[in-house]
Amino acid sequence: MLKKIIFQFLALSLIFTYSAQSAESGGMPQLNPEFWISQIFWLVLTFGLLFIVLSNFILPKISNNLETRKSQILENIETADKQREETEKKVKEFDKIINDTKVEAKNFFNSERQKVLDKINNKRLSLEKDIEKEIIKAEEEIDQLKKTSQEKVTKIAIETSSDLVKQLIGEDINKSSLSAIVEDLSKKEMEKHNGI
Amino acid sequence: MAANPMYQFNVYRIGPEIKINNIDISFTNASLFMVISSLAILIIFNLGTKRSIIPNKIQLLAELSYSFISKMISDTAGSKAKPYFSFIFSLFMFVLFCNMFGMIPYSFTVTSHIIVTFVLAAFIFIGVTIIGFIKHGLGYLKLFVPSGVPMVLLPLIVVIEIISYLSRPISLSVRLFANMMAGHTMMKVFGGFVVSLGIVGGWLPLGFSVALTGLEILVAFLQAYVFAILTCIYLNDALNLHH
Repeated sequence: MLKKIIFQFLALSLIFTYSAQSAESGGMPQLNPEFWISQIFWLVLTFGLLFIVLSNFILPKISNNLETRKSQILENIETADKQREETEKKVKEFDKIINDTKVEAKNFFNSERQKVLDKINNKRLSLEKDIEKEIIKAEEEIDQLKKTSQEKVTKIAIETSSDLVKQLIGEDINKSSLSAIVEDLSKKEMEKHNGI
Repeated sequence: MAANPMYQFNVYRIGPEIKINNIDISFTNASLFMVISSLAILIIFNLGTKRSIIPNKIQLLAELSYSFISKMISDTAGSKAKPYFSFIFSLFMFVLFCNMFGMIPYSFTVTSHIIVTFVLAAFIFIGVTIIGFIKHGLGYLKLFVPSGVPMVLLPLIVVIEIISYLSRPISLSVRLFANMMAGHTMMKVFGGFVVSLGIVGGWLPLGFSVALTGLEILVAFLQAYVFAILTCIYLNDALNLHH
């Protein structure tokens, strides 16, 4: 389709150009040797000058620029590498310092904690001792109280029972027999308590 | 008159007629555009020689073209071709700028004239042949005798090789000349259509004309590149004899 259109246009153009050209001389101006020598002369002149100026003045400058840039870039990369190494060293040192301080702080903290714990322990131990002493004392007191209370209770029981018997019967009863009965009873009672 | 698509290739005298020993070397429009192209190259690349680590735009252009052509030469002709760098650089730039200036409407395309391209190609051909003989002496003739060819075919092959070698300047010059001439003629023809078909039918050839302009700019670059790279290949044959 496109080719068809182009061909049609080309055909049309040929008609137009032939009609336009018919009056003047056709052909290619390139093959007219009138100015060949002039063109060669000017080509040699301009191209020769261009080549001389470019090769002697401009291209060496450009290549120089490129080389200096290359070397400068290399140098810069080198210094950058050096500086990077230094920073890495510094960072390592810094890390080391931080680590050391961390360990120190930990040690300090641990030792202080140990001290405090020791103090607490000591205090607790002494307190426990005190408490134990108190407990022993109290237990002893309780034991004594228990013993005395039993005796007292039996005494009271004997007395009250003798009083009761006296009031009921109206005469004194042998205290020793009474106490034996009370003791027997209280023992039974105790056994009952203990048995439970 | 201007409707003739070949009219744009006419050479005419600018200024007085200059004659040396009855030879006409008058300044013509072709000479004018050669001068303009050379001056443009010199100005642009001179601006690109500023010494700065971070290049500006023109410097970048100059340095990129420098490394582009340097790479092209080292890729095709090897490291031995280093001394011919400035010649190939000048050649590439000259052809490129002449082609590009030819793309400006109402300008003149220097490279659309067979005599110009032929002189360039002939110079390259003669130069390459001389370099080949200097480097290898008569051994350069081995170029016409490829290795590994049966003895029976050898006479035929040698004749073909010689013909192909001798046709190098012709093919080199005609390629550039024909490309430039054909492109510009075609653009002129489509431009003529735009006028002759008027406001109704002229839009299609106008579109073609626009597209062709892009194509022609591509061709202008490509032909300069091809011209330079073929020079490199011929130089490679002369410098590194393979056979």
